[in-house]
Amino acid sequence: MDQQVSATMLLEVNHCGQAYPKDSNNELIVLDDVNVSLRSGEIVGLLGRSGSGKSTLLRIIAGLLRPTRGEVLWQGKPVRGPVRGVSMVFQSFALFPWLSVQENVELGLEAQGVPRAVRESRAEDAIDLIGLGGYESAYPKELSGGMRQRVGLARALVTHPDLLLMDEPFSALDVLTAETLRTDLIDLWSERKLPVQSILMVTHNIEEAVLMCDRILVFSSDPGRVAHEMTVPFAHPRNRLAPDFRQMVDDIYAVMTRRKSPAELRTQPAQVATGFATPLHPIGTNLMSGLLETLAADPYQGKADLPALAAALQYEADELLPLGETLQLLRFADLEEGDIKLTEQGKNFVNADTDTRKKLFAESLRAHVPLVAAIRQVIDERWNHRASAVRFRDELEDHMSPERAEETLRTVIAWGRFAELYSYDEEAQQFSLEDVEEE
Amino acid sequence: MSSIAPPALIHGRRLPNIWDAAAIAVVLAILIGVANVAQGTLAPLTSVQATAIHLNPAYLPGYALRTTLRMFAAMIASLIFTFTVATLAAKSRRAAIIIIPILDILQSVPILGFLSFTVLFFLHLFPGQELGAELAAVFAIFTSQAWNMAFSFYQSLTTEPTDLDEACRSFGLTPWQRFWRLDVPFAVPGLVWNMMLSMSGGWFFVVASEAITVGNTTFTLPGIGSYVAVALGKSDLLAIFYAVIAMLVVILLYDQLLFRPLVAWSGKFRFETVQGAASTEPWALKLLRRTFLLRQIGGWVGDRVAVIGRMRMGRADRTFRNAGTAERSSRLADAAFYLLVAGAASYALWQVVAFCAAHLHWSDLFTCIELASFTLLRVIAALVISCIIWVPIGVWVGLRPKATKLVQPVAQFLAAFPANLLFPVIVAGIVAFKLTPNIWLTPLMILGTQWYILFNVVAGASALPGDLKEVAASFGLRGVLWWRRLVIPGILPYFITGALTATGAAWNASIVAEVASWGKVTLVANGLGAYIAQATTAGNTSKIVLGVAVMSAFVLSFNRLIWRPLYAYASRRTNLG
Repeated sequence: MDQQVSATMLLEVNHCGQAYPKDSNNELIVLDDVNVSLRSGEIVGLLGRSGSGKSTLLRIIAGLLRPTRGEVLWQGKPVRGPVRGVSMVFQSFALFPWLSVQENVELGLEAQGVPRAVRESRAEDAIDLIGLGGYESAYPKELSGGMRQRVGLARALVTHPDLLLMDEPFSALDVLTAETLRTDLIDLWSERKLPVQSILMVTHNIEEAVLMCDRILVFSSDPGRVAHEMTVPFAHPRNRLAPDFRQMVDDIYAVMTRRKSPAELRTQPAQVATGFATPLHPIGTNLMSGLLETLAADPYQGKADLPALAAALQYEADELLPLGETLQLLRFADLEEGDIKLTEQGKNFVNADTDTRKKLFAESLRAHVPLVAAIRQVIDERWNHRASAVRFRDELEDHMSPERAEETLRTVIAWGRFAELYSYDEEAQQFSLEDVEEE
Repeated sequence: MSSIAPPALIHGRRLPNIWDAAAIAVVLAILIGVANVAQGTLAPLTSVQATAIHLNPAYLPGYALRTTLRMFAAMIASLIFTFTVATLAAKSRRAAIIIIPILDILQSVPILGFLSFTVLFFLHLFPGQELGAELAAVFAIFTSQAWNMAFSFYQSLTTEPTDLDEACRSFGLTPWQRFWRLDVPFAVPGLVWNMMLSMSGGWFFVVASEAITVGNTTFTLPGIGSYVAVALGKSDLLAIFYAVIAMLVVILLYDQLLFRPLVAWSGKFRFETVQGAASTEPWALKLLRRTFLLRQIGGWVGDRVAVIGRMRMGRADRTFRNAGTAERSSRLADAAFYLLVAGAASYALWQVVAFCAAHLHWSDLFTCIELASFTLLRVIAALVISCIIWVPIGVWVGLRPKATKLVQPVAQFLAAFPANLLFPVIVAGIVAFKLTPNIWLTPLMILGTQWYILFNVVAGASALPGDLKEVAASFGLRGVLWWRRLVIPGILPYFITGALTATGAAWNASIVAEVASWGKVTLVANGLGAYIAQATTAGNTSKIVLGVAVMSAFVLSFNRLIWRPLYAYASRRTNLG
């Protein structure tokens, strides 16, 4: 902690925004007015759901992406491209499959034109530091996921960067492997063995953020912005089971499930207001039924604490929250201050047989998902009871990225099929009433 | 490895569009230009054809070596073309607009029809020297190899994984380092596979391009192809037999020493995160990897080469990438560029129209289309017959791993063997039994390319998921139902890949297959291939251009309207998820 007093400012993000042009007078805002500063000696976490723009922010800081608004200052100078003192660790590891561990690690040094002898000795140091000794001549495909990410870390550290950027570095690993890597990294950091001054990591795992970071910035989605900032006062090594630790995790869950305040809603761009084009989470109907049944059943009796539920189901916040929000959208459950509660409708759903469940689901869809209602309405109005998916996709794409639009469309197709509201012909890309029994 | 579809299939657009039209005009104009230059220089060039070809088999090893060297010269030229032109297309949006449609068209142009002009063109560049004829032959082979390689490389460059691209940029690799560290390695599996397809097709061209007759003049280069041509003229069946043996040896060496090691080696670059099942190592690669001395030499060479790739040539790309897919560039520059392209295309179109108006009549076009329909019928008939033969055999083989191991290399070997060497044998048979050329010349077209159908079907059948086979067996699927529900949908994408390759090559082969001679007897079938071949012999530029254009149009429409939608449908339908 004492080093932070004399800490120098490494990085400043000033009013950064990122928007993708949709058409001439419409744009899709991914990041909105983000301000972040980073000093030497701290680990900062960007915590948020997928699609909240935190990875975009990391790429802007890395100099890989140009922000459409605002600027990034690196050691006082504006960033105009990839910066030398910054290294990145990727979620997907981004190892070159045709290069051995040693060659992968040497990549950054090669780019700097470091002579061969120096290159080899520095690479070996990094490999030993990160616990990869003996794997030098192996190829990435021979390694397990954990070992691959160690290569990714060694490759980023070998250039002795001032700032280490990590983009969800442990999310592609299984629980135990991820935990080992986290503690190894934190140990090296605490012992001041890492040749870096500061670490900025993106994560959607709340516990991971509390475990590793000195400061956490919680992102909100649509558009992405820093909704909350908190300092983690605990010393390393941290105990996940300590009451203070649990309390902080609970608090962050509460922040992330908090409904937007009216003030926040007012400043939202008009795009979100049109209910028709609300992006939907691709949640399967089996998953929904499963969660509803779990909530209704014994330990929970209709109400559960999200962190506890996540732990029991071995889910991460990033997986559980969209599910909860979808149930809330359909009025089957309520999210409140880190809790999830079954509604009357939800209880009815759980107690019903398959056919009744389909009916309840259909009613809820038509009442609360405007897109489903619109599709069904167009089908009913048409003489041949068919509606092309293309027009809906086009309309969705006016309000969201093509990937989100596709995902949303896939979701309503799946939901509508389950509810037997309409069927869908993949080849013709048409909605119809073909397999739907007339009511 | 045969699951790598030919570029003609995966390329996104389906229906011909405005860029294709422009590209067709440009390609035709270039061909006409080359033809005109060549035409003007026909007269003074009669002095070069002097090389005498001896039918004594003792000369054959030397000839085989010359043929092989030509082949490799063309391959090196194709690689250089690929690395430069495809890279340019991938890195510059504007260049891609011009290059990609032209490559796409060139893929479908039966370049064999233009052999005579390229020969004359190069002879004109180096008057009185053998070098001109050599270059012409190399160029002919190059034109049969380069396009699909460039396409494959372009495709790899545009589908590089974003995380590796970001890694390269954030570590500050220079463009040169990036090229050897990311671009080329990522492209290697596709590129090697296409190189090998090109080489297989190339043997056909090298044989065809060594002895060219234009007007009254025959240009011969020492090689197996000209050896066969001379043997043909003298009706020497024994000499042809020797040539076939020599070619078999050459292809066998090429197959064992180059093809197999290279394909196995390229597996190292396959972009997969899990370790695939280890396939057997070809003996040549094993030798190279396990023998101490060879390994040392290989390692030393590898190190030297790697140093070149590591050199920091150029400056690192230390700039932002803009959000969104397309770079936002100045509209004014764009407008100027499009105007330029439109101008060039219009000029090309005008040249084509002027040329046609001066030399051709509408009736010529109708004749060509009529003849092309005959050839089309022949191609379809040949395709259907070879499917009836090879699909059941291929499925039978593919379902038995042991048989697959035996048959697959043989089929690939046979695909590389230049079928035109075997033509004389069949032609001699047709002459001897007095058969109708219109029917019996047909098999020649697909003789060399049917193997693509076989080995793709074998690959498809052996890739059928085991659990699906078990389900079919446990439900007692049999006979027609077993084919309809399991086998045909399962092998469809593979089959289409094979059929496309086979038919494309069959069109090209029609130029040498529809006219065949044996000693003093010449057999002619009614078709566009014969039309082009005869126009070549007569030195009639305008008819050659017309014939080639019509044939290209047929091949192109066939690919775009049938194969590509079929392939898209098949791969959509037969993929889970």
